[in-house]
Amino acid sequence: MIEFEHVGKSFGDTTAVEDLCFTVPGGEFLALVGSSGSGKSTTLRMMNRLVDHDRGTIRFQGEDIRLRRPEDLRRRMGYAIQSIGLFPHWSVARNIATVPQLLGWPRARIEARVDELLAMLGLEPARFRNRRPRELSGGQMQRVGVARALAADPEVLLMDEPFGALDPVTRRSLQGEMARIHRASGKTIVLVTHDMEEALSLATRIMLMDQGRIVQDASPAQLQADPANDLVRSFLGRGPR
Amino acid sequence: MKGRAPLRRTPVPRNRVPFVLSLLALAAASGLSFVLVAPNRLVSGTGTMLADLPGGAGWLLAAPWTVLAGSAFLRPSRASRLAVACAAALALAMLAALAGAEAARQVDELSPLARVSLGGGSWLLLLIAWLAAADALQGLGLGPVARLLVHGAVLLPLLGLLLHGDLDSLALLKEYANRREAFHDAWARHLAIVLATLAPALLLGLPLGVVAARSERLAAIVFSVLNVIQTVPSIALFGLLIGPLAWLGSRFPDSGIRGIGMLPAVIALTLYALLPIVHGAASGLRQVPSGVIDAARGMGMTKGQLFWRIEAPLAVPVLLSGLRVTAVQVVGLAVVAALVGAGGFGALVFQGLAGSALDLVVLGVLPVVALALALDAALRALAARLEARS
Amino acid sequence: MRIAAKVADCARDPLAWALAALLFLALDMQALRPLFAAAFPALDRPLYEQEGFGALLLEHLGIVAAAGLAATGAGLAAGIAVTRAAGREFLPMVETVVSIGQTVPPVAVLAIAIPLIGFGQEPAILALALYGVLPVLRATIAGIDSVPAGMREAADGLGMRALQRLWFLELPLALPVILAGIRTSVVISIGTAAIASTAGARTLGSPILLGLSGFNTAYVIQGALMVGLLAVVADMAFERAGRQFDQRR
Repeated sequence: MIEFEHVGKSFGDTTAVEDLCFTVPGGEFLALVGSSGSGKSTTLRMMNRLVDHDRGTIRFQGEDIRLRRPEDLRRRMGYAIQSIGLFPHWSVARNIATVPQLLGWPRARIEARVDELLAMLGLEPARFRNRRPRELSGGQMQRVGVARALAADPEVLLMDEPFGALDPVTRRSLQGEMARIHRASGKTIVLVTHDMEEALSLATRIMLMDQGRIVQDASPAQLQADPANDLVRSFLGRGPR
Repeated sequence: MKGRAPLRRTPVPRNRVPFVLSLLALAAASGLSFVLVAPNRLVSGTGTMLADLPGGAGWLLAAPWTVLAGSAFLRPSRASRLAVACAAALALAMLAALAGAEAARQVDELSPLARVSLGGGSWLLLLIAWLAAADALQGLGLGPVARLLVHGAVLLPLLGLLLHGDLDSLALLKEYANRREAFHDAWARHLAIVLATLAPALLLGLPLGVVAARSERLAAIVFSVLNVIQTVPSIALFGLLIGPLAWLGSRFPDSGIRGIGMLPAVIALTLYALLPIVHGAASGLRQVPSGVIDAARGMGMTKGQLFWRIEAPLAVPVLLSGLRVTAVQVVGLAVVAALVGAGGFGALVFQGLAGSALDLVVLGVLPVVALALALDAALRALAARLEARS
Repeated sequence: MRIAAKVADCARDPLAWALAALLFLALDMQALRPLFAAAFPALDRPLYEQEGFGALLLEHLGIVAAAGLAATGAGLAAGIAVTRAAGREFLPMVETVVSIGQTVPPVAVLAIAIPLIGFGQEPAILALALYGVLPVLRATIAGIDSVPAGMREAADGLGMRALQRLWFLELPLALPVILAGIRTSVVISIGTAAIASTAGARTLGSPILLGLSGFNTAYVIQGALMVGLLAVVADMAFERAGRQFDQRR
């Protein structure tokens, strides 16, 4: 579904990522793990062209992502971020309906979809439809954020440290939701996180990054059985051999 | 196995601000008049274009402007920025010199009564040169005092010409020469009004600010009254004060109180000045971190010591900001005060207005703008200096 | 019962009182003639009668409205342009121009426009519009800049085009601040329009200026009252409108 071929990006004199080569097949739950500055967020944001890559080629569904307008690309992907970014002047329902409205869906279809998503994320539609973001707790806001990202039934869901700002209990609960959604819908999900535990429990594949390069790209089981180097080990919580 | 070439839109030009400014300058120089020549004060002038100056003198200006235009295509560096600033200073001076020379020539040819004033093109070019200098200097990352000095330095060549008398044939300076005394009177008066306003405003406003910072209820009352005062237009407030003051003057004829003159102006301006000062004092005191106050009290400071040694000094930057706004506002409002007989530069402005003499109007407006800008810049630099120290 | 409650609310409302006073004086300043005659016995014309105050009020409002519309349009457009990614480069220069512009007193803009354009309403509207752009421009920049970056990124990530993001997100969120800027602009225009009578425009300032030059304090007070009330009413009305919009957040 997503292919990176020798992709590189520099900001001024600093190289953010270099020579990235990997493929994300459909249905994969890929976790990009690393410490800050490793290039994982940049990699994610290159997928929906919030950042334009300098070198190499990125393909989505076989097509070079530079061929279409960025907005059209992004409407086919869901995007959820740590600061959530719910629009304060709109109700929960209107927030979730953002992309379907941009795509011109009929009203009845939008309303049905909003209710469906609220229920899917454990928020009772009747109670939450007309609330304002400021009336929600952090966990509820992020659930709405995820619902908004899923609203137009995108082919891919991109998430950038979505649970970083939440307390451990809420984080656990939302992680469970994500796992459930992945199992039920088979969607392709790319999740950026610095939390290896989160990656190990949710992902079907983990890519550990450091200083803009891929250190190891493997399934959780393989990663734990055969860490490539000391950096991977330290992320797994074990000391260097 | 390199991928495709990097996607980068070639930046032509690289720096868009100097580019746009250059285009504007070109349009101003070729489309608007350089100077306006009138045979006497009563008739409006006919324009002369820059290109039409005798001997092709106008083309001399191309030199500094080429530097400016060129900077749009180069990578910005310390050297290029300084070059642009120098070119701007040169452009300012050259423009004035050319205008002054042309004015002298026209006065010689036509008559001593001839009036040569700067045309729209000149004013625009002066402004553009200043903006180009400001844009270039902004990237140097200078400290506040240095920035003030360097900006002033850009004006030095122009000021030099002015003081040397090279611009004396321009209508603006002829008006000045004709009204030298009135000008200096206006200058003294205007300054007097500003100072006579700021002093009581501070004396009244600072205590009010302290009160407003301490009590929410009193703050609400104080601010609603001051807000209503601010809303009333200056001319209306001056007008409304005339009645009571005239009445007072008739009751106490020896007190020198009259309905018109400086008194209603200063009273009204003091009232206007109160809001920014009270607001500045109150906000300044309120933003002192509670942790700091706790620590001070924990160390055993009395209320008085706490106020004078901790709260007041920490509130000064915000207060200075309010004072800066006040000063600029008062300088501008004092112009309207001339309508009620208070004098000041407004007198020149309204005289010019009545006689359709644009140069007299400009003679009154320029010092006001210069004074306001100077006060603004000086107080900003002072505030920044204090912040840097603390 | 609802109607009675609404009337009671109106009676307590300062805006209602000010508006009532303004309208009363505009339509029937005559009623105060005895008052002015008593206060200024030396004047043989205690009441400004060259034009009706209602007509003056309408003329005044006309100038302010025309200038206000132009100023708001220009200020909004420039403010939006300068906060787009492509226009950011020009922001410092625009802010410098705004700072310089704000030190020029509005009277001066008027005084410079008149010899250039002539007498009448046109120079007044031009001067008011030019000076009125600054508060709106400043407010637009501040309002749009106050939209959190996270929200803008979310909007981009969802696939909103730049114009859609502006219309659905940035402008609605910036609206309270922009309204405050328009409010400032209008109130200043009301004051400056009063001085525009020196340009030959008929406004509420005409009685004031006539009174000042003719030593007729009664005229001055009548004009000043009207201008003051108008400014206060306008300010309160805008503040009320601003609060309505904020409640929608």
